[in-house]
Amino acid sequence: MSGDVPGRLSYHLSIDGTQRAVTGARLEESLLTVLRERLDVTSVKDACEQGRCGACSVLLDGRLVTACTILAADAADARVVTVAGLGPGGPAAAVRAAFVAHGAVQCGFCTPGLVVAVTDLLARRPGADEEEIRETLAGNICRCTGYGRILEAVRAVQAGRGGLAGRSGPARRGGRTGLGGAAGQDGEAGRGDQAGRGDSPGWA
Amino acid sequence: MTGRARGVGGSAPRPDGPAKADGTFAYAGDLSIPGMLHARTLRSPHPRARIRRLDTAAARRIPGVAAVVTAVDVPGVATYGLIVADQPVFAATETRYAGEPVAVVAAVDAPTARRALAAVEVEYEPLPPVVDPEVAAGLGAPPLHPDGNVFREITLRHGDPDAAGPVVVEDSYLVGMQDQAFLAPEAALVVPAADGGVDLRLATQWLHSDREQIAACLGLPEELVRLELAGVGGAFGGREDVTLQVHGALLARATGTPVRIAYDRVESFLGHPHRHPARMWFRHTATAAGDLVSVHARIIMDGGAYASSSPAVIANAVTHAAGPYRVPNARLDGLVVRTNNPPCGAMRGFGVPQVTIGHEAQMDRLADRLGIGPVELRVRNALRPGDVLPTGQVLGPPLPAREAIEAVAARPLPAALTAASPVTARPGGRGAHADVARVRRGVGYALAYKNLLFSEGFDDSSTARARLELDAGGRPAATIHSACAEVGQGFVTVAGQIARTELGVDEVVLLPADTGVGSAGSTSASRQTWMSGGAVRGACVAVIDRLLARVARRLGLPPEVVEAPRRALVIAGGEIVGAETGTRLTLAEALAEGPVEAEHTFHHRRTTALDVAGQGDPHVAFAAAAHRAVVDVDLDLGLVHVVSMALAQDCGTVLNPLSLRGQVEGGTAQGLGLAVMEELVTVDGVVTNPTLHDYLLPTAADVPMLDFVALTYPQPDAPYGVKGVGETPTCTATAAVLAAVRAAVGRDLRRVPVRPVDLVDLAVPPLGGAPPGGSPTGE
Repeated sequence: MSGDVPGRLSYHLSIDGTQRAVTGARLEESLLTVLRERLDVTSVKDACEQGRCGACSVLLDGRLVTACTILAADAADARVVTVAGLGPGGPAAAVRAAFVAHGAVQCGFCTPGLVVAVTDLLARRPGADEEEIRETLAGNICRCTGYGRILEAVRAVQAGRGGLAGRSGPARRGGRTGLGGAAGQDGEAGRGDQAGRGDSPGWA
Repeated sequence: MTGRARGVGGSAPRPDGPAKADGTFAYAGDLSIPGMLHARTLRSPHPRARIRRLDTAAARRIPGVAAVVTAVDVPGVATYGLIVADQPVFAATETRYAGEPVAVVAAVDAPTARRALAAVEVEYEPLPPVVDPEVAAGLGAPPLHPDGNVFREITLRHGDPDAAGPVVVEDSYLVGMQDQAFLAPEAALVVPAADGGVDLRLATQWLHSDREQIAACLGLPEELVRLELAGVGGAFGGREDVTLQVHGALLARATGTPVRIAYDRVESFLGHPHRHPARMWFRHTATAAGDLVSVHARIIMDGGAYASSSPAVIANAVTHAAGPYRVPNARLDGLVVRTNNPPCGAMRGFGVPQVTIGHEAQMDRLADRLGIGPVELRVRNALRPGDVLPTGQVLGPPLPAREAIEAVAARPLPAALTAASPVTARPGGRGAHADVARVRRGVGYALAYKNLLFSEGFDDSSTARARLELDAGGRPAATIHSACAEVGQGFVTVAGQIARTELGVDEVVLLPADTGVGSAGSTSASRQTWMSGGAVRGACVAVIDRLLARVARRLGLPPEVVEAPRRALVIAGGEIVGAETGTRLTLAEALAEGPVEAEHTFHHRRTTALDVAGQGDPHVAFAAAAHRAVVDVDLDLGLVHVVSMALAQDCGTVLNPLSLRGQVEGGTAQGLGLAVMEELVTVDGVVTNPTLHDYLLPTAADVPMLDFVALTYPQPDAPYGVKGVGETPTCTATAAVLAAVRAAVGRDLRRVPVRPVDLVDLAVPPLGGAPPGGSPTGE
């Protein structure tokens, strides 16, 4: 990491397996900002900038994080994997196909982040039951679907009936994704935790 | 997937689904052009203030700032608005809500633009904000705008307004301010054009309405303002109004450079109109047997600083205030008022969710008083086709209101919560602080109906074009052009299904929605499948008519057959068959001499405005829905867990079962949110929670799997017999959850969202203020 202009930084990020040069960045720029504004990685969505909605979910050294709550400069030595880096085939393809086939996509703005989160969940906990799936995905807000079709898509991947016949192969079960999903960790570092909320705002 | 499933009635997948799932689908905020400028908005921190001085010189001097634009730079009309043009493009001499735009800046990057905002010097003289709608409507209130403080007042009288039954229930209810909270904040890419015009790629619900307002403010003819829909990350009513469109266009024209203008989440919460907060008073009277005799209601809605769609929202609230019940006598009054609160306008349900909360709480109270069940009372009074509504409108078929409430009541109930239940099934979830012995279960019902399409005489027609030709491989292929805004609801799916069904082809390309074709109207009011679906279908039918006429000419059939070729020619199995001659021609052969094109404009039946007594024929059609909610409430902590939701909904003919399911599940979740978590809180006119940290949205841990029953009675005057499905479940979900929480805790809950303090603190304070217009029993 170096700074040519005072207060500006230059460094490299590993994005989906490719080294990308970042030059002249401000220290305060989040990984989300650098991805979207400097590297044109627009599959990572910007919706709240507070780690609350999960639209910018990526894997950072195999751990699920919200890119908006990570300083990009802190990610200089880490491997960042976005939805594109999950690969054209394998478990992520089954998740994507299941989302489309089972109606889990409406406006779709939450979908790339959810695909990352679901792929990560199923890599770590392939047999997760509905309660665990719901709790784990509570960091990814979807305003369109009411989550019913998302849950259905996840269960379909688990049952090996992710996509439609002939469109994608059955999901691999029980195996690791090869993305370095850290077994035994909760995978929620840096994520706002919205699970189990039933209270209301602003009523102090 | 087979051809059948890709046509009407099948669960065809979204054509944009794969691109959305792999992240390559471009939303408005993802668009960029090399060299474009980045725009940011300066907003008033004061809900009401005079602007004493506004100086942009220091901001302009910052290196990298290309332009700073304020009210003095608006060349055309200084105001815009959906129904009434009362909202200034920029606050000029006075600000009327906290968050109102005062200036916009374009700079080489967003940080520079933000620094420039801080350098704009604005001297405000704060004035006391008027934030209570009843005060704003009162005699002593200062006029907050040259147009006055009342957006619209409706006094509906039906039957004998003084008639009353022996059994009377009466109470007041409050609804908080809900936000659409679509996930993708507002954004547009605006490019100045060589012809002096401007091109916008943006997220919106209604391209042509935006164009009309932008052109007026820019002082340009409409044909020089061209809009193309970019990817839209949800809308729910919140993109029906102009927000950043004019600002971006002014900056692009001022700089001669493409401009990306975008909001962050806080600005999104401040920038678009919200669902109206409501104060409502109801009095229902009935016979001892349980037949409704009269309904009196007074509804006051807070429209905030500018009109938006308030005049239409209050009409919906008043005309639906008695619910889907036979009510021979009614006095229904509504008032929507200007205050210094954030502007309110369209949100899914459009005035009906608020009154449903009131009329359904009243029905439960009436059932209690009569000693009969809540389902039985609703069944007894449910509207049937042929009944006269409080407006005098005769209800057309179908309206399976009774069938809906009976269907949800028949669904199996979920198992009881026990100590063996997973911790995540308890109120509070993973926090694991609920003592199962202190959890109470409640079951609640709600029945509602919601108008479909625009009302009160508005002809919200939709135009579409269809083209049939041979593709490069010599196969018949269709192209559809509609300006219908796809905001996530699935019009792109249904349009393709309709074209495949009508044209008998598999290959359908949907052109980008833009202003190069006639208006499709707004993606709101549950109208696009009916209206733009009808336009696409009509265009496809016309294409086939023209193709058949061409074939008839080629076959040398007599002129009267060429005029009406379907008398002699039919399409079967991808072939054109002469019914009598036995001639067979493939579509490809018929298309060999060139493409066939047609345009169709679809209209719904005409309606009428309300007269001075609120009488008329205002609504095109209705759909009914019923929800049953089951909740568990932690009595110690006041936390609510929604255990199950069952929905029976009047859907008309189903064009896509999978899309339908997505709509009703999403609509239910938004209603659940309003019931127990969602409220945009204002203090003295200032929003205190404009972030997703503080404005709570339902998560996967909050929304149960929906138990859904579709009631599929075809709508006679709609294409294929469809009904709009997006809004109705949002109307009933909130009221049903509220009823269930009431049943669980045995307490009178009269405001939403229900807060923990409403459930654990027995000393609930009385509702603020009297019902609108003084004594509720006056007159």
